[in-house]
Amino acid sequence: MNLTLKIWRQKDASSKGAIVDYQVKGIEGDMSFLEMLDVLNEQLITKGEEPVVFDHDCREGICGSCSLQINGEPHGPDRLVTTCQLHMRKFNDGDTIYIEPFRAKAFPVVKDLMVDRSAFDRIQHAGGYISVNTSGNTIDANAIPVNKDNADDAFAAATCIGCGACVAACKNASAMLFTSAKVSQFALLPQGQVEATDRVLAMVNQMDEEGFGNCTNTGACEIECPKGISLENIARMNREYLKASIKG
Amino acid sequence: MSILDSKIPEGPLADKWTKHKNTINLVNPANKRNIDVIVVGTGLAGGSAAATLAELGYNVKTFCYQDSPRRAHSIAAQGGINAAKNYQGDGDSNYRLFYDTIKGGDYRSREANVHRLAEVSGNIIDQCVAQGVPFAREYGGLLDNRSFGGVLVSRTFYAKGQTGQQLLLGAYSAMNRQINRGKIQAFNRHEMLDLVKVDGKARGIIARNLVTGEIERHSAHAVVLASGGYGNVFFLSTNAMGSNVMAAWRAHRRGAFFANPCYTQIHPTCIPVSGDHQSKLTLMSESLRNDGRIWVPKRIEDAQAIREGKLKPTQLAEEERDYYLERRYPAFGNLVPRDVASRAAKERCDAGFGVNKTGEAVYLDFASAIQRYGKEKALTSGLHNPSADQVRELGEKVIEDKYGNLFQMYEKIVDENPYKTPMMIYPAVHYTMGGLWVDYNLQTTVPGCYAAGEANFSDHGANRLGASALMQGLADGYFVLPYTIGDYLSQDIRTGKIPTDTPEFDQAEKDVKDRIEKLMGGSGEHSVDYYHKKLGKIMWNKCGMSRNEQGLKEAIEEISALREDFWKNVKVPGDANSMNPELEKAGRVADFLELGELFAKDALDRNESCGGHFREESVEQSGEQKGEALRDDKNFKYVSAWEYKGEPKDAQLHKEDLVFENIELKTRSYK
Repeated sequence: MNLTLKIWRQKDASSKGAIVDYQVKGIEGDMSFLEMLDVLNEQLITKGEEPVVFDHDCREGICGSCSLQINGEPHGPDRLVTTCQLHMRKFNDGDTIYIEPFRAKAFPVVKDLMVDRSAFDRIQHAGGYISVNTSGNTIDANAIPVNKDNADDAFAAATCIGCGACVAACKNASAMLFTSAKVSQFALLPQGQVEATDRVLAMVNQMDEEGFGNCTNTGACEIECPKGISLENIARMNREYLKASIKG
Repeated sequence: MSILDSKIPEGPLADKWTKHKNTINLVNPANKRNIDVIVVGTGLAGGSAAATLAELGYNVKTFCYQDSPRRAHSIAAQGGINAAKNYQGDGDSNYRLFYDTIKGGDYRSREANVHRLAEVSGNIIDQCVAQGVPFAREYGGLLDNRSFGGVLVSRTFYAKGQTGQQLLLGAYSAMNRQINRGKIQAFNRHEMLDLVKVDGKARGIIARNLVTGEIERHSAHAVVLASGGYGNVFFLSTNAMGSNVMAAWRAHRRGAFFANPCYTQIHPTCIPVSGDHQSKLTLMSESLRNDGRIWVPKRIEDAQAIREGKLKPTQLAEEERDYYLERRYPAFGNLVPRDVASRAAKERCDAGFGVNKTGEAVYLDFASAIQRYGKEKALTSGLHNPSADQVRELGEKVIEDKYGNLFQMYEKIVDENPYKTPMMIYPAVHYTMGGLWVDYNLQTTVPGCYAAGEANFSDHGANRLGASALMQGLADGYFVLPYTIGDYLSQDIRTGKIPTDTPEFDQAEKDVKDRIEKLMGGSGEHSVDYYHKKLGKIMWNKCGMSRNEQGLKEAIEEISALREDFWKNVKVPGDANSMNPELEKAGRVADFLELGELFAKDALDRNESCGGHFREESVEQSGEQKGEALRDDKNFKYVSAWEYKGEPKDAQLHKEDLVFENIELKTRSYK
């Protein structure tokens, strides 16, 4: 199929960006969206132009690097997939596709379609861990049984890949879904409960400092999340936060 | 006498590690604060090493090319992590894990290293659970296990098909705690471009800030390379797009020997190539072989009809299918080790029984597992006369619980529903057992330069067993390196900070800048990918699942010629003083073009078949094992460690003889 691409090009963080039009031909349905961009980039390099910069790495939907806003939706029209797992069979010959970076104040553009998501890292530095040393002398793994439902919910929350689609989907650019997934994973496990109070306060505080917006319960994040992280996590974080605030 | 000293401690096998830990030098806590360590790579080995070293009190700097340490490619590991916990009471023990790993590696790894790995394996699980890693559990709340290839027990711990992700997030959380304390400085979007040696010791690195293009100097008292494997030398592999050999190769050029480069794991269950546009391959976890049965049609006409789209696999009756692994290897069946399963798939496809358009695919079928689980679930749910549809539905639900994300991934890529029709799979490059040569302490032949995880060669011999990469990465990072590096650093308590304004750093920075200038100055006919794809084709065709003398000799010539062409004609757009992903790729491919040649040279030297290295000249000619790989212990029971001497063709071979005191060398049989 032949496509028209309207792609955001921006030299660096301090330059002004703009949409530029490109044509690509001979795109096959079995190609992933990023392989389609590889075709474009090969074209640009041959012409002596600079290829379009975008984040990508594992190309199997797990590293969370890829991050495109495709026709206004984070990771494009398909559900429960990242951009690298979106295949061109979801598009038709002659389509025009708008490709932009994830937009949020807390995610400044690095170049073209690549954004800086280090704010997510800083939220996790603030408290996204259990304080245990690697002595090798912790208790036996089976010494604390964990209720299977809680273990499964903790796992579901922990599958967040930190891509930032939730922020890009939210009209307030809120990072509540991301932060709550991290808070929930630990809050649901007995190992994590010891530090639960300090953790939720520190992580929410850092989230606010980074300039993410508030949650107004539109639920767009949950719909666009490639890993299906549930809104229930936000409710759980709010409960944890309230409990922690009262405790002080 | 070899110049290689493996430094294996004296004493009985099971006591070596404990005794070694008790006798090596320590650094006192106050002095640790004055010692800096650089860790390159933040996957399971690097992330866990960085966190542990920082906990101990060292000042740690980490480097990764990704935008966050959490994105290192360990994250993509799917199936699980082995540990000899014997929670299932099925006869597992440290000794069995040790034995299985040595045998699985086709008797080409060191006994002492592997035994240590088995000894610490149980601790890894304890540690990860304490960190909050949400492993799969049973209804009683205790940890669940499954089985992997090449073993007869269930010792694999898992978190659905995302075990690597969960373990890496565990290591990353341990790092976060140290970043928060100021003990780790994380340099993300940075790439190591050279190792700096001062008075023969590794004392720092030159790195490029990938956002600004700036070349930076970083010094330390020791450098740990945990930069992963080099599977991307094949262009198409299950590695991430950015996975590369640069850090290890730069260290090799500075004097670190490179061991067993030809040992590559070609994983049997990956999604087949769909066309020339393909940029990478996707793994379908080995854990699927717990429940999936591998087959091709018995009759070649049926295979032909399937390839032409005239016949569907579900139309073939049980007796028209050839479950060739179950047929050839009744003892291990679908759970033979990876090298054996891959070769068997290639054998069937080469014989004309392959099933997709390209003829390079076999089926992985879950129909019987869905039936089995469905019936069991019906009984436990009190349904005594379930309909066929109910059984199927219940069975599919169980399969979804176990492998849901893998099935979804398959469906998105191939556009077929694997619950209803068998998956198509084919072998693909997945892991490299070779890597930097290290001694028992994980130190390379450059003093102060250590290698951990996939970047070293140490534990898997010629073939790695499933779910052992995660185990080795975390064992190295959490429990081995933090001890052994102290022995070396104890000499450095009076050294003080290593300055970076010295001639050695000047020279290394100049070398790096010259190289970048040369890469940018190519006359510009072809893109970097053009060369990478060409290299990949040579590697796959001549250094892939099956190798012979003539092909390897051709590969050496062809890669050497391609490298020359690359340096003259590669086209790198943009400039070096800002973000430039094409320049990053060019540097990595330049190193692959050297490594590829050494790889072929190593494969040529090793005229025996062992593990993932299959030489057509070395095959069993008769008896029960006829047609299987033939190992040659008399002539090749050694580790090949290559010393850099300029061009790859001039590399000098050093041999470390492998000594087996506790295990009897046998033909590896899975029949």
